[in-house]
Amino acid sequence: MNTGRWIAICLLGLVLTASLLANFIAPASYAEQFRDLPGASPSARHWLGTDDLGRDRFSRLLYGTRISLLLAPAAALVSTLLAGVIGGLAGYLGGGFEGTAMWVTDLFLSLPWLFLLVAVRAMLPLNVSPLASVIITFALLGILGWAAAARVVCAGSRTLRNSDFVLQARASGVSGPRVFAVHIFPNLAPVLLAQFWISIPVFILTEANLGVLGLGVAEPLPSWGSLLREIEGYSAASQPWLFVPLLLLVAVVTCFQVALSSKELPS
Amino acid sequence: MKKSILHALVLCGLLFASCTAWSQYGGELRFCVRAEPKTFDPLLVDDDPSDTVRYLTAGVLVRTNRVTQQLEPQLALSWKVSENGQRITFKLRRDLYFSDGSPFSATDVAYTVRRLMDPNLHSSTADPFRSGPGDVDVRILASDRVAIRFPAPVAGLDRLFDQVPIMSSTSPKKEMAVLGPFNIADYKPGEYVLLKRNPNYWKHDAAGRRLPYLDSVRIEVEQNRDLEMLHFVRGEVDLINSLDPEYFSRLSSQAESTAHDAGVSLDPEMMWLNQVPTAPIPAYKKAWFASTMFRQALSKAINREDMARIVFRGHAHPAFGPISPANTFWFNSKLKAQAYDPQSAIRELAQDGFKLQDGTLKDRGGNAVEFSVITNAGNKYRAAMAAMMQQDLAKIGIRLNIVTLDFPSLMERISRTFDYEACLLGLVNTELDPNVQMNVWLSSAADHQWNPQQKNPATAWESEIDRLIRAQASTSDVRKRKQYFDRVQEIVREQNPFIYLLNKDALSGIASTVRNAQPSVLRPQTYWNIDELYLQSHADVARSR
Amino acid sequence: MVQRLIKHIATILLTAVLGGMLGATLVRFSPGAGVDEREFDPRLSAESVAALRQQLRTENNLPNFYRHYFAGLLHGDLGFSRTLNRPAAQLIATRFPVTLRQVSIGLLVGWTIAMLLVVPAVMLHSWQFNLLAGGLTSTLLAVPAAVLALMFVFLRAPPSLALALVVVPKIFGYSRNVMLRSYELPHVLAARCKGLGEVRVFLWHVLPVSAPQMLALVAISVTLAIGAAIPVEALCDLPGIGQLAWQAALGRDLVLLVNLTTLVTLITVTINSASDLLGRSMWRGAA
Repeated sequence: MNTGRWIAICLLGLVLTASLLANFIAPASYAEQFRDLPGASPSARHWLGTDDLGRDRFSRLLYGTRISLLLAPAAALVSTLLAGVIGGLAGYLGGGFEGTAMWVTDLFLSLPWLFLLVAVRAMLPLNVSPLASVIITFALLGILGWAAAARVVCAGSRTLRNSDFVLQARASGVSGPRVFAVHIFPNLAPVLLAQFWISIPVFILTEANLGVLGLGVAEPLPSWGSLLREIEGYSAASQPWLFVPLLLLVAVVTCFQVALSSKELPS
Repeated sequence: MKKSILHALVLCGLLFASCTAWSQYGGELRFCVRAEPKTFDPLLVDDDPSDTVRYLTAGVLVRTNRVTQQLEPQLALSWKVSENGQRITFKLRRDLYFSDGSPFSATDVAYTVRRLMDPNLHSSTADPFRSGPGDVDVRILASDRVAIRFPAPVAGLDRLFDQVPIMSSTSPKKEMAVLGPFNIADYKPGEYVLLKRNPNYWKHDAAGRRLPYLDSVRIEVEQNRDLEMLHFVRGEVDLINSLDPEYFSRLSSQAESTAHDAGVSLDPEMMWLNQVPTAPIPAYKKAWFASTMFRQALSKAINREDMARIVFRGHAHPAFGPISPANTFWFNSKLKAQAYDPQSAIRELAQDGFKLQDGTLKDRGGNAVEFSVITNAGNKYRAAMAAMMQQDLAKIGIRLNIVTLDFPSLMERISRTFDYEACLLGLVNTELDPNVQMNVWLSSAADHQWNPQQKNPATAWESEIDRLIRAQASTSDVRKRKQYFDRVQEIVREQNPFIYLLNKDALSGIASTVRNAQPSVLRPQTYWNIDELYLQSHADVARSR
Repeated sequence: MVQRLIKHIATILLTAVLGGMLGATLVRFSPGAGVDEREFDPRLSAESVAALRQQLRTENNLPNFYRHYFAGLLHGDLGFSRTLNRPAAQLIATRFPVTLRQVSIGLLVGWTIAMLLVVPAVMLHSWQFNLLAGGLTSTLLAVPAAVLALMFVFLRAPPSLALALVVVPKIFGYSRNVMLRSYELPHVLAARCKGLGEVRVFLWHVLPVSAPQMLALVAISVTLAIGAAIPVEALCDLPGIGQLAWQAALGRDLVLLVNLTTLVTLITVTINSASDLLGRSMWRGAA
């Protein structure tokens, strides 16, 4: 394993560990409102200042990291596996199955799933815990986020279906499912890995935007998405400390990219 | 010699004065609305952007001065309300013309009122006049006199005509022929509406010059408040109505003279508990919400001062009740704002059978007091208010769960399924007369939010409110109406069906180049006197400093 | 050939109609359909509120809606938008060119930027460049669309560039990995060992093999760009169909949403079908 990948994995581990130890590291609870200091700039007491309600931003970042760093990759994994299985099988089996699967995929891409999400929120009890609400949100994002990648995976799988090594495997009597699992699916890894690390920030931001529909984290639970919403305002430019969650997200996504790069680059 | 110098000086002075005066004319005022106007038919207006266009183009018989809150004559020189508020007679100005040159007379007023009272017309302009079944009788007494008789007394009859746009009965241009200061010159859907000066506008300034001063008004459609603020700071728009407290603070720090706080507005923010008997919520929660003591305790446990200071950055005030102090006539001055008193709240809850155990409040049945409050998503101020309430109620052992919903989902819960426990929303009050809130206070009405459309009043106090509301609607004696409505405010304060939280301030942004602006707490805050506004160039503004 | 083409076109049109109908069903059964905020105007009388509710009930009766909609469709009438008080056909006709322009420019610029990052990343085999490109695309992925849009308005830059920056990371991510995978194929390794120039290897050996997936990515990027147009138009206040879709969604405007879903399905299916056909014919040609 190259140095770059090691560094990336260590950084991810460090961030994850810090978030898991938030109860010990955070100077305050994520919900505690220091009402004498709303919108405060960074200080010794509040390293990243306080938000509009006087809540310590550093504490909220730690607790929010725990939510987003665990759930977003999990949702990304779900969407990646779905894309891999559906797109991969469609390309491998070809014919009518591929046509039908891609037809369903195209429909899936076109429908306004916003309303399904709204309907899910309507079905949930109002007193569902904030944690349960955010888990359900990310699960839904994972289940709904596979379609775009499935098409690319299908094209790749179609190409692989007729490649020499697959023909040889089939000629040797290897069963269809084994050919798919051992020879086709692993070779789809590049596209699937791209799907995975792209989905992580997309899901984090989508979770924040779903707040418009009442999904996502509920107050007072923080998430990266809700912290990133603070930089969407006109006033953000004059408060550079608001961009720390953004820098952290960029760093984490880059680490995922580097850590998941398939092999050492040919030199 | 001295005489000629004197004459020359006087001439120069006159020339200077006239140049300065003429320099008031011209220019284009620009501001934004947050959605596209849905209609230019002034009788069908029910959205803010359409109302903006109507306000700027339509001529009305009377107009409420947004600063003094007094009714002033417009197209009508004088008026008389008689028969206990059932009849109104207007004496009209003569020799006025619509923007297309067609003459204005009593016939146009009669035509407008008949169209307005068409039973098939369902509009928020027409409905306040519908006080009872039967036809409206409109009589043209002379070319400049018209009498209108309604089937039943209409409370605050004369003030309602502030919203009624007089339309031409003869012009082929229909609603495009107007009597207001501007008329519609161009419209690009989704982008802007351009209004140009009405050359036949009837009003003149004190010096006898025809108004308006402005050549045109450009109304941009801009949904994004950040972009609106950016445009204002760049000088691309001249006014911002209903400015957010966050932007107000920013503007104040950058250019204090452009940020205006006109004082407390008419709009309250409030929370209510679901008292619908058939609501799909547990019976023990219904019992809590039906208890007056429980509601009073909640009200006492909420720190309104902190909310006003933190969420609205000091640009809000603890609310007293349904009528804001900005409504100088109708506000019950005997009322005091609810003080923050969590200890008193705990005592009151104890009297009602609740007990605080290990930091959790429990009712007689041992149920932990926990409920959810729904509010509309996308409103960060309401979300912040809810978060503060959550902390305040946690101090008395109540667990409050905050659920933000998109507005249609929220509306469905509070008006159809009643599947909610508490709701945090605000009200936009456009009228001073509380009679327009009748559909909120009558227990049989659809907008009686905490328990709408009751066949019979569920409680004695709601029955009393029904009686008082009907009584004030059936008399034109303003003193008596005030007495009745003062009592309504007292009952609401005692019973807390709505827990009134705050009245927001009316914040606006007005560019330093705009002159004669008098920001008001009544809508439209910044351009209510549009015909008197004029633009000064930046150079003149700098020179005058 | 002609028969196959007709069959293909018929399938596309039927899919578009089905997409519209499914979209209508999703909207109709979502919470908030059948409620209008005008009901909460306290100035409206009980009769007016009742009339409004009856109108909404009629509009939201699905079989009724489909009947009127398809009857109107035959005459070119796409229905009347309740939320914007205008014929749907007029709204879409005025707004579609705005979105088409933004999406076209956004995709062109997005693909150009992405390829300018991908090609050196795969040809130079430099981990430093890869890290830089990866960091840049991670940043673009992490920045909320609202921030990008505001930034572009602040800089007075065209909003289509914001759209381009939204799609760049996705195009970069997929295409870099696809091409890197192609570099690992035996014939490419053999060509490089034999001393073939990098440009020739890329153009003659890597690109053709990656073509089917790249074509699929082109098709997908159109869908991604249309999806990205919704927040960009809403935030930059562009009067395109993205903004229209958002307004229609918030107002549960069934007529608009059906038409927009049908349009998006038509575009998606047409482009994806074209990319499939092209990909297959290229593969057959290569074989």
